[in-house]
Amino acid sequence: MTELLRYIGDGAGVPDREVPDGLAEKDLIELYRWLVLLRTFDERAVALQRQGRIGTYALYWGEEGTQAGALYACEERDWVFPSYRQNAIGILRGVAPSTVLAWWRGYGGGHGFYNPRDHRVGPICVPIATHLPHATGLSWAAKIRGDDVASLSWFGDGATSEGDFHEAMNFAAVFKVATVFFCVNNQWAISTPISKQMATATVVEKAAAYGMNGIRVDGFDPIACWKATKDALDRGRNGEGPTLIEAYCYRLKPHGTADDPNLYRDESETAKWLPHEPIGRTSAFLKRLGVLDDDKERAIGDEAKQTIAQAVVEMEAIDQPGREILFEGTYATGMPWTFEEGLRELEEVDRPPEVKPLGPQPGPSTGDHAEPKPGDPS
Amino acid sequence: MVEALNKALHQAMEADDRVVLLGQDIAQTGGVFRVTAGLLDSFGETRVVDTPLAEAGIVGCAIGMAVYGLLPVVEIQFDVFVYPGFEQIVVHAARYAWRTKGELPASIVIRIPFGGGVRAPELHSDSPEALFCHVPGLRVVCPTTPQDARDMMLAAIEHPDPVVFMEPKRIYRAGRKEVTDDPPFPLGQANGAPEKILSTARIARDGNDLAIVTYGPTVPLSIQAADRLAHERGIEARVVDLRSLYPIDVGAVTKAASECGRALVVHEAPRTAGLGAEVSSLIHERVMLDLEAPVGRVTGYDAPFPQFANEDDYLPSVDRITAGANKVLDF
Ligand SMILES: Cc1ncc(C[n+]2csc(CCOP(=O)(O)OP(=O)(O)O)c2C)c(N)n1
Ligand SMILES: [Mg+2]
Repeated sequence: MTELLRYIGDGAGVPDREVPDGLAEKDLIELYRWLVLLRTFDERAVALQRQGRIGTYALYWGEEGTQAGALYACEERDWVFPSYRQNAIGILRGVAPSTVLAWWRGYGGGHGFYNPRDHRVGPICVPIATHLPHATGLSWAAKIRGDDVASLSWFGDGATSEGDFHEAMNFAAVFKVATVFFCVNNQWAISTPISKQMATATVVEKAAAYGMNGIRVDGFDPIACWKATKDALDRGRNGEGPTLIEAYCYRLKPHGTADDPNLYRDESETAKWLPHEPIGRTSAFLKRLGVLDDDKERAIGDEAKQTIAQAVVEMEAIDQPGREILFEGTYATGMPWTFEEGLRELEEVDRPPEVKPLGPQPGPSTGDHAEPKPGDPS
Repeated sequence: MVEALNKALHQAMEADDRVVLLGQDIAQTGGVFRVTAGLLDSFGETRVVDTPLAEAGIVGCAIGMAVYGLLPVVEIQFDVFVYPGFEQIVVHAARYAWRTKGELPASIVIRIPFGGGVRAPELHSDSPEALFCHVPGLRVVCPTTPQDARDMMLAAIEHPDPVVFMEPKRIYRAGRKEVTDDPPFPLGQANGAPEKILSTARIARDGNDLAIVTYGPTVPLSIQAADRLAHERGIEARVVDLRSLYPIDVGAVTKAASECGRALVVHEAPRTAGLGAEVSSLIHERVMLDLEAPVGRVTGYDAPFPQFANEDDYLPSVDRITAGANKVLDF
């Protein structure tokens, strides 16, 4: 198997490598701050789901390094396109965390959606791999306009099976655009292991088929994710075209809050991967470097907790959107008459009672959905 | 309904070893909604297959298998995820029979859990059935009761035409009802029964004052609205559960409209170019002179399915159906 790019050792047998050029001390701390913020958001979101304050939620616990590391390598002007798994990536680009939480609470309009152009962050993408061609098109457009703007999209191992993945890769290579395909190979697509997903030993070898660069990194190592992305972006900006990055890791948690991995995988195997999770590992690394100490670590943790706690307050302060929201903004200008009629019809009937997200779902269940509750309107 | 579908698949697979199941997460876990639970254990991994994550691949391969002589039943995980497979359904599944004078139809069943009301995140709640009804060569059906689900699934597998099998996920687990063990026809001996099962509507509630034509998740709601009308106004509405969305049981629909003199169509999908438009046209074209009022429609709006906090505003409710019925009654 292809060697994994890795910087962070285990503090014992596996040695640390020297921090790559371009990451100063302040960068390392900032990157760590990002990791902690993402982790804090994720853990809080899971708790909110359990309490019935948001709906079903796709957690990314353990994949923070693939997100923060890659994003930190991007320039502010570069665009990123997340899947549902990187749902909170926008908060590192100025999206209010309460907006992302509101999305999971089932709020639409300006409550739950952000404008991608404000943050150069694509919408949270639910249908697998469908956002990949957008990333290609975006950096292609920048190239047409002579702008130094690159793009990056995240997707899973499962996504590599979809046609959109192959089409986006091929276009990007043919038109030599500055886009980075960042595959988070967590080895599972819901219950489907990578061995049933593809016959290749790695994801990265698919790069060759399109005539693009490929690199395989330790997905639990944020520094490696940063370095691979940085190099890929540099090449892209140099006119050398796209890169496929395979961030090899393991899905340490259920697919989503409604999923029970015990139905399809051996969780003792998962436990073996747990020590690799990126927050503890990065913290230990930074402490070995003398960049981080316990006080600073605590301060960063407290700050993140406060930010997210504030976001929860903000989310809960949003009144449930009114029914007019159904018809808002579907078209750039005005409303077709069908919408006006719909609104009138809606106003004629009494408002249905307030909707709260369903509480904890009785298992067993898998997938990214809320199980229909028994006794639902029938 | 989940158990009924499971039972049908079990019976079909037992009766005919050409029946194979393809889909995402259907084998090991029995599917996101558990419709295929236990089938892996009974029939093994060559017949119950967790496929790679690619709907065009799943549907396209199913077509190839059908051409060879197998009887694939495909699961699409959620409504909107059928779209990558849409091309295969439209340009090939629907046209194999046509290219061969009916001799080589693509005998596949495409199961699609659809609709809202389950508090799901974005893009897990669409009702795309009208898209398929618009494609000549496909049959589109939607059961509402567990018994129908069982019988229609067996019929869909037995029927040579490609069948888009819409499963209303909101009533997947609504009330457990016993389903008969005996299949509705002797399996493996096509005798016209599947054709009949897949093309006839069902009278879900009797009445002679108003015909409510509907299908899927709005059938139980329409029955509730009818009960309310009976209680509040002494109006007896007949609820027609279409079951077959293409072809529509035009006889049952026009009979109900003509005998009641008033009709309302109800569905969850958006209104424009939806099933309601088709049903309404059929009634107006054929029995207009029997009508006391124009046919009404209560549907989802012509708007993207909302984020779930507002889905009850979008979905046709008993209130909205009752209001729509009153409009037709008071015309
Ligand atoms: C087109 C499409 N088909 C099916 C699904 C249902 N689904 C949601 S997540 C998922 C698995 C994705 O696996 P992977 O690409 O490895 O990403 P991960 O969830 O591991 O991050 C599936 C099948 C979907 N969202 N979109
Ligand atoms: Mg995966």
